[in-house]
Amino acid sequence: MSATTTASVSLRHLRSFPCVIPSLFSFSSLPLHSPRLCVFLRRNFRPRQLFLHRPHAASFSSSPGATSDSNYDVIVVGAGHAGCEAALASARLGASTLLLTLNLDRIAWQPCNPAVGGPAKSQLVHEVDALGGDIGKVADRCYLQKRILNVSRGPAVRSLRAQTDKREYAMEMKKIVESTENLYIREAMVTDILVGKNDNVEGVATFFGMNFYAPSVILTTGTFMSGKIWVGKKSMPAGRAGESASQGLTENLQKLGFETDRLKTGTPARVDRRTIDFSTLEAQHGDEEVSWFSFDPDFHIEREQMCCYLTRTTKLTHQLIRENLHETPTYGGWVEAKGPRYCPSIEDKIVRFKDKESHQIFLEPEGRDVPEIYVQGFSTGLPENLQLPLLRSLPGLENCSMLRPAYAVEYDYLPAHQCSRSLMTKKIEGLFFSGQINGTTGYEEAAAQGIISGINAARHSDGKKHVVLERESSYIGTLIDDLVTKDLREPYRMLTSRSEHRLLLRFDNADSRLTPLGRELGLIDDRRWKLYQEKQARISEEKTRLKTVKISGGDLAAEVSNVSSQPVKESATLESLLKKPHVHYKLLEKHGFGNETLSRMEKDCVEIDIKYEGFIVRQQNQLQQMVHQQHRRLPDDLDYYSMTTLSHEGREKLSKVRPQTLGQASRVGGVSPADITALLITLESNRRRSQDVKRGKILEHALAESNQHSAEEEHMVNE
Amino acid sequence: MVILHSFRSVGVHLLRQATPIITRSGRNSKPISKNLFFLFFSSSPKTFLLKPRAASSEKNSLVFKGDERVVGLLGKVDDAFDNVDRFQSSSTIVAIVTPIGGPPGAVGIVRLSGPKAVEVAGRVFRSARKRRKKKSNDSDSDLDLDSWRPTSHFVEYGVVVDSNGNVVDEVLVVPMLAPRSYTREDVVELQCHGSEVCLRRVLRTCVEAGARLAEPGEFTLRAFLNGRLDLSQAENIERLISAKSSAAADAALEGIQGGFSSLVKSLRAQCIELLTEIEARIDFEDEMPPLDIDLVINKINSMSEGVESALDTANYDKLLRSGLQIAIVGRPNVGKSSLLNAWSKSERAIVTEVAGTTRDVVEANVTVRGVPITLLDTAGIRETNDIVEKIGVERSETAAKVADVIIMAVSAIEGWTEEDTELLHKIQSDKPMILVMNKIDSATSDCCDQLKDKSKKEEVFHKSVFTSAVTGQGIEELEDAILEILGLDRVPTGGHQWTVNQRQCEQLVRTKEALVRLREAIEDEIPIDFWTIELREAALALAQISGQDVSEEVLSSIFAKFCIGK
Repeated sequence: MSATTTASVSLRHLRSFPCVIPSLFSFSSLPLHSPRLCVFLRRNFRPRQLFLHRPHAASFSSSPGATSDSNYDVIVVGAGHAGCEAALASARLGASTLLLTLNLDRIAWQPCNPAVGGPAKSQLVHEVDALGGDIGKVADRCYLQKRILNVSRGPAVRSLRAQTDKREYAMEMKKIVESTENLYIREAMVTDILVGKNDNVEGVATFFGMNFYAPSVILTTGTFMSGKIWVGKKSMPAGRAGESASQGLTENLQKLGFETDRLKTGTPARVDRRTIDFSTLEAQHGDEEVSWFSFDPDFHIEREQMCCYLTRTTKLTHQLIRENLHETPTYGGWVEAKGPRYCPSIEDKIVRFKDKESHQIFLEPEGRDVPEIYVQGFSTGLPENLQLPLLRSLPGLENCSMLRPAYAVEYDYLPAHQCSRSLMTKKIEGLFFSGQINGTTGYEEAAAQGIISGINAARHSDGKKHVVLERESSYIGTLIDDLVTKDLREPYRMLTSRSEHRLLLRFDNADSRLTPLGRELGLIDDRRWKLYQEKQARISEEKTRLKTVKISGGDLAAEVSNVSSQPVKESATLESLLKKPHVHYKLLEKHGFGNETLSRMEKDCVEIDIKYEGFIVRQQNQLQQMVHQQHRRLPDDLDYYSMTTLSHEGREKLSKVRPQTLGQASRVGGVSPADITALLITLESNRRRSQDVKRGKILEHALAESNQHSAEEEHMVNE
Repeated sequence: MVILHSFRSVGVHLLRQATPIITRSGRNSKPISKNLFFLFFSSSPKTFLLKPRAASSEKNSLVFKGDERVVGLLGKVDDAFDNVDRFQSSSTIVAIVTPIGGPPGAVGIVRLSGPKAVEVAGRVFRSARKRRKKKSNDSDSDLDLDSWRPTSHFVEYGVVVDSNGNVVDEVLVVPMLAPRSYTREDVVELQCHGSEVCLRRVLRTCVEAGARLAEPGEFTLRAFLNGRLDLSQAENIERLISAKSSAAADAALEGIQGGFSSLVKSLRAQCIELLTEIEARIDFEDEMPPLDIDLVINKINSMSEGVESALDTANYDKLLRSGLQIAIVGRPNVGKSSLLNAWSKSERAIVTEVAGTTRDVVEANVTVRGVPITLLDTAGIRETNDIVEKIGVERSETAAKVADVIIMAVSAIEGWTEEDTELLHKIQSDKPMILVMNKIDSATSDCCDQLKDKSKKEEVFHKSVFTSAVTGQGIEELEDAILEILGLDRVPTGGHQWTVNQRQCEQLVRTKEALVRLREAIEDEIPIDFWTIELREAALALAQISGQDVSEEVLSSIFAKFCIGK
């Protein structure tokens, strides 16, 4: 019965009933005319009986049926932070997804700093979570220490940072990936992209000669594509220390016409916790009241926190470095790829800031049951034999032993102007890039791109429109807009100052900005959606209550006027009290005017909405005004070179970037406001021309018709 | 169970197909619940495919969801959002559209166009009808401004007032609401008196009320982009635009030379520097020494002062119209009246040897570098029992109060006396003061030296000049001193540079507003992140470049200045 109902609904949705379809329909013999149809058929063609053999989802990674299958809806190459989010989002949208990785034991590995969050990055994590992603949940589950940064600097820059247990993190993420329906994982080194006749992706080829097919492929190659690691003058091909690089893919991408370039990044040494004397070091404790990345209260499970420690470079450190500068890749001159400005090596710091006598170094634990300590701020390109003496010049580390040396890694990336904002490449339909391959750095940046490319890859395979987050909507949108629009010369890290509207892109409203979208896309389940709606309802009720409840005099009024040194009116609303400087929701609670049923997060939301209402509304209004013009779409086929009114630089840059909206065009480097005006004029002229042509055709048609009529009439008369 | 599940997934699928992703904030949750309802009770699921869409996977859905929580806060929701393909200008522009520079016409027109044209006009315009009605209730006047609801194509009579409520000009207002206007946007035309000064003051008032100065040809450009004018006219516009870029280049070139623009540049640099200091702390919290808040506040204060004084300099047009009043005060018989006569080259004031000859305020007009100046000769200030003289002395003190500049005259023959000190205390104010040491022709050098020392010691005097009313010596220096005090010595007088200054003036007005808000934020002890909003706005106002450029500049500056990186 169910089968007949569905059949009448739409063929597209047949896959909800895997057991019946293949037997019911047998149009596999139909000729394949268009790629669209091809996609459609392939999916239905696939033996869906697999589902029958799988009593529950958790077992399917070991299911023998899955590995023999080579047709999927989406293939994700790489299982780092971008790859995992991409694969999870895609699978949850119903696309059968294959996740290929070089090493199954390194899923969601944290090869550098075992931490998640920080300014701007934490907003990314909240946003991914609001869309139903997992980075926040896993970080909440595996934290070693949590701290809120920028506590008193304003709600928009307040951010959460967590030290995480890197092994636990990888294990947790692996568990999630393994237990997600529609998601298959497999070890493989992808060496080529299979491309169809219409410049559309058809699948991937692996080193050992396997082909996997899918209409959407996401590449998240991280530092692995032609990766090369350096310690001093010694180098070897590797994606990370101890893991082989991925060879051959770069060349094949170049053959497809992609432009590639090289970036460099590095990671400091790890030392043995048991050999450090912490007694002299300043300890950094976590917050007593723990905050969370995820908006899902099911993941808010408190655990014991660990300490970080602070040490400093000494005169000896500086002397050692200055004496051995020629031994470092940058100053020795044998590595040219550019490293990030915000992650300078210790030698960079000492050379560039000669006047600074000492630099802060943070010692951070990498896990609960591993002895490794991450030496934050001490990455170096010096040879291994110099690294230990250098580490031992730091107070507390005089007798330390080094577990892993610091190293730098060079890798291929593809300047992201080759992607559109859906993260699909402009050259090959169905091919998506995410993470470090787009020139970013950081787990959070990777996860943010991952979830977007995962969503779009799944939608692409399903013949649906791609989803693009506008710049003003989120840090994710800002990140992707920057990547595909700007000419980036160093690994891109998210910073709060990159957003022009950061007051509107806060941690506390990430859910109210993006969860409705996540719901619409199908990434937010009923339980989560109910939680979200209830939360919003509570917040808005509480705001109404504060607006209506008035107090006159009393202890609260006295304390408010004392704390804020502003007079309190006779009969003031609670809202007006909360707006005063230094008055927080806690104060209302203290005097019994709070609402105990609200969570701390909800109270924060209420307080922020009320306290900064003026600023928020002003920014929102500015945004609304601007958005009209900025979001105006540009046709894909504009010939910028023929627009003689554009400046030469403007023509060149616009042809290269091919922006999707007017706003994006205006952000392309080298495009002046005059260019934008000229562009507007051309668009309007084109519109009128096409309108004239249309009108002409209608007229012609009408004329022809009337002629025909008259001819017919004539004919009749003649008869 | 299986059936139910499949129903749900089908529903969601169809929904995704049917609901365009570009939904405005606030609307998103509704269609879902509504459609789900339909799903279970509708026999033919196809009925709720509201907008069947051609399957075009290349076209992206752009998502700009606002914040669901904020929706309630926003007063008006603009429904035109879905229609992103239409041209929608974000700014409201203003310009004088009648020719200026020639002999003044009887009527000149200032035109506003853009989404906020009515709002801006409402802020500057007081209808004659309304004024009578609302005179009693001053405190509500703010509410009053926003609620100006003009009838399209209906002329109203009234006045233009500035932000302080001073009447600027008497005008006729012609509102032409969209789309029945030249630009197809809301247009408001203010028909003013034809003199250039009048028009410029009205223009400036509009700028202060939130409009932006129009670029050359911008009204026509908007008319074209909004579907007016035919295609052949478009080429003319293109020519205009290229003219605009070359004009911009000219302006930039001029800007480089002007002292005024170097001030704008230095102000902008200061904004960026402050942003750097603050943003570095925000993005790299634990790596930076704490911010020296006092230092930041001091810098902001000095910037505000810089902007204010620059704006005063830009007030040239105001000076041109209303001119300056300069009061000459001093003890009796120090030669105030002779000075007035010598300066105005007239015998306007009666001059005798008798102390206290001048009993009333005597006016005379002179012009200094085009600025009309009214000189007020006053009765010598002293203790007196003569009723007439007493009134005269009171009037002298009043004159000193209303004047823009005070000249305190002393006799170089007698040097600085006790009475002079007393008098100085009486008239002292924050107005610019000039010490004039008159009768230099017959003074001894001792006295002169004593006076010189005195004038140096007394910091209230901005300038001191030796004059002789008899020989006319020092009058020119006096004029220079006045120009210098008012900052007019730096104001270029050439006609072309006017426009440049007008633009810079607009930038300064915006900067000033941002800085005023910034100081309010500091006073209200708002967290420093909010300071950056205003600083950014100031930096943007000071150079008409896009926001990202500021971000990039701040970032480069952070990395150049601070040792960042864990």
